[in-house]
Amino acid sequence: MGIQGIDLSLIWGVIIAFGVMMYVIMDGFDLGLGILFPLIPDAQERDVMMNTVAPVWDGNETWLILGGAALYGAFPLAYSVILEALYLPLIFMLAGLIFRGVAFEFRFKASPERRHIWDKAFIGGSLLATFSQGIAIGTYIVGIPVVNRVFVGGAFDWLSPFPLFCGVGLVVAYALLGSTWLLVKTEGMLESRMRHYTRPLAFVLMAIVAVLCVWTPLLHPEIATRWFTHAHTVVFGGLVILGVLALVGLLKTLRQYHSHWPFVFTLALVFLGYMGLAFSIWPNIVPPSISLWEAASPLSSQLFILIGTLFILPIILTYTCWSYYVFRGKVRIGDGYH
Amino acid sequence: MLNLEALDLARIQFAFTVSFHILFPAITIGLASFLAVLEGLWLKSNNSVYKDLYHFWSKIFAVNFGMGVVSGLVMAYEFGTNWSRFSDFAGSITGPLLTYEVLTAFFLEAGFLGVMLFGWNRVGRGLHFFSTVMVAIGTLISTFWILSSNSWMQTPQGFSIVDGRIVPMDWLAIVFNPSFPFRLAHMAIAAFVSTAFFVGASAAWHLLRRNDTPQVRKMLSMALWMALIVAPIQAVVGDAHGLNTLEHQPAKIAAIEGHWENVGNEPTPLVLFGIPDMQAEKTGYAIEVPYLGSLILTHSLDKQIPALKSFPKEDRPNATIIFFSFRIMAGLGMLMILTGLLGLALRRSGALYRNRLFLRLVLLMGPTGLIAMLAGWITTEVGRQPWVVYGLQRTADAASNHSAVQLSISLALFVLIYFSVFAVGIGYMMKLVRKGPQPHHEHPPHGGPGQERTARRPLSAVAETFASVEHVN
Repeated sequence: MGIQGIDLSLIWGVIIAFGVMMYVIMDGFDLGLGILFPLIPDAQERDVMMNTVAPVWDGNETWLILGGAALYGAFPLAYSVILEALYLPLIFMLAGLIFRGVAFEFRFKASPERRHIWDKAFIGGSLLATFSQGIAIGTYIVGIPVVNRVFVGGAFDWLSPFPLFCGVGLVVAYALLGSTWLLVKTEGMLESRMRHYTRPLAFVLMAIVAVLCVWTPLLHPEIATRWFTHAHTVVFGGLVILGVLALVGLLKTLRQYHSHWPFVFTLALVFLGYMGLAFSIWPNIVPPSISLWEAASPLSSQLFILIGTLFILPIILTYTCWSYYVFRGKVRIGDGYH
Repeated sequence: MLNLEALDLARIQFAFTVSFHILFPAITIGLASFLAVLEGLWLKSNNSVYKDLYHFWSKIFAVNFGMGVVSGLVMAYEFGTNWSRFSDFAGSITGPLLTYEVLTAFFLEAGFLGVMLFGWNRVGRGLHFFSTVMVAIGTLISTFWILSSNSWMQTPQGFSIVDGRIVPMDWLAIVFNPSFPFRLAHMAIAAFVSTAFFVGASAAWHLLRRNDTPQVRKMLSMALWMALIVAPIQAVVGDAHGLNTLEHQPAKIAAIEGHWENVGNEPTPLVLFGIPDMQAEKTGYAIEVPYLGSLILTHSLDKQIPALKSFPKEDRPNATIIFFSFRIMAGLGMLMILTGLLGLALRRSGALYRNRLFLRLVLLMGPTGLIAMLAGWITTEVGRQPWVVYGLQRTADAASNHSAVQLSISLALFVLIYFSVFAVGIGYMMKLVRKGPQPHHEHPPHGGPGQERTARRPLSAVAETFASVEHVN
């Protein structure tokens, strides 16, 4: 507990959870574009896809760096054991992000004949980053065994069915975010293609979520207890009902040729899934055994960085909102500077 | 406990990724200040040569900045993935310092960088100049935080240890730890010197290709003035840093000097050359100059410096490596000073822009600033071994418990990515350099938050494609 009853660990937990959610939502749709790229072979349409995220994608990754650094400063124990446990998946994720980040820029600089090389790097990097992220989340849910503040699991714990399934799940989820984002930002052929792909993607994602809802409580008696004790059951029941409603809304607005609503409902789905995860592990930051408060850095550390963060975070948020506002509207073939 | 092989791999991996990364920020720091000076001179003199140079170097700055952001992403995670015992032990101090560095960088990107790269036609001259200056200051604030963290690991203070972990007690004492002012000054100047020689070599290349324009001449002239003034200052700062190290990390100095034992009360000689042998505990083939070690390190003719044998074997840094890395750094530093002096002499005789032998020297000296900087970092980092937090935590106790297999996979991946991806980026930068400054017809791009060109993607500030810089000159 903090000074004068202010719980700094809780504040930091919320800030980091918020940062990670911003990351999942925002980098989610631009990673999704890379996943959808192979379905759209036309060079001009690929340009349009790129242009729908060009002004914002780098800002999206801001949240990943901020999340990492803030976790280090506010919860060094969580930072150390989670990152150690997820070593190879995170290295693969970083490798994927570097590849697609650089491919993104160099694609615009490369000559048309060479562009396909960077397209491939973009596709491969996006897939690798997403799949590894999903594996990392899955491994995290399964739990990170820690004894005396030291990770005691194996190097290849992540190479098991549940994390790999989560990897596939995240690829589908990001693809859905990407396809509904393109409904918002594009028109004509590309938009109708995306409308065509969104439906099956939504159904596949729902099937995956359904499997996860059964599989997850089987992993841990604690999660099962949590899900099925009285008060929590209400919360989870609520989340499930809202999830079903969001899916219905997505399919309905998709049929009605809405441009914005499918994306909004997809965001809602992702948000609900994220809340479900948060409720499942709360108040742990390293499931199954380390709570937010056990992993916290000393009060003076959390306070020291809170000052800077409270100053800078509103600026970053304002800048982000301003960017998306300026960038509103459809992107057309031939738009862009290249 | 970790076996030696895995620990070595972990250290090689960190050394590789951080060495690659630091090249970009170093040039970013130097170019940002260079751009601020160029814009200031342009505003003052209204001489368009400065403005042309500004547009030319701001493109290279943008690409370089982009490379730095991408390679820095890895660094933010590596402390946890590879050095988890360290992160848990000291994260309450190094974590917040890193967070502040990240916040500073984002603050920069969100505001002033955008105005600097894209605001030419949107804001007044004064406000634009202010933005450039703020970007330059911002890069130095980033340096401030990172160097503070590194210096704290070298000379820790302001903490107590509770339950086997570091707890910060006094942030002022932590941030302004004893080696910090010296290290910060030494690194910032290293960035300036590296950039000066990079700029100078670019100018020399153009002059050797007979692309003799006022812009290119101005570049060479400014770079050599910088070398003339700043390289000697760096030597003085380096000397002061050395004395500070002697006070706080005497084993590092003993290893740098290849100095094994003190004989009686004899003053310490300086080993000019030799091959320190950690097993035999002596420096073979040594060429020594009597008294000089005492003179340089204690500024006296009779005082001794501590010798390696006075430290337990397990506390000695590897003298074989840092004996040479230090000499590479110092030797290149001397060459840089010499180049500055030669430039001054040729300037007086008016042959500065014509003497091809000298221009070849300047071209050759292009990467030496960066090489000396890396050699210096190797010296200070290998020299603080076996400690990761000096006197408090050994590097061997800091590493994550990864197997050699895992570390080999990730190291191979990093080598592959860095050489493929950053080679293209560096190649692109070199092609931009080759295109040279263009007089008068540069049209700075429009852009801003939410637009095609935005400061979040610094590379979007550069209009040139790979092809358009492929065949020039």
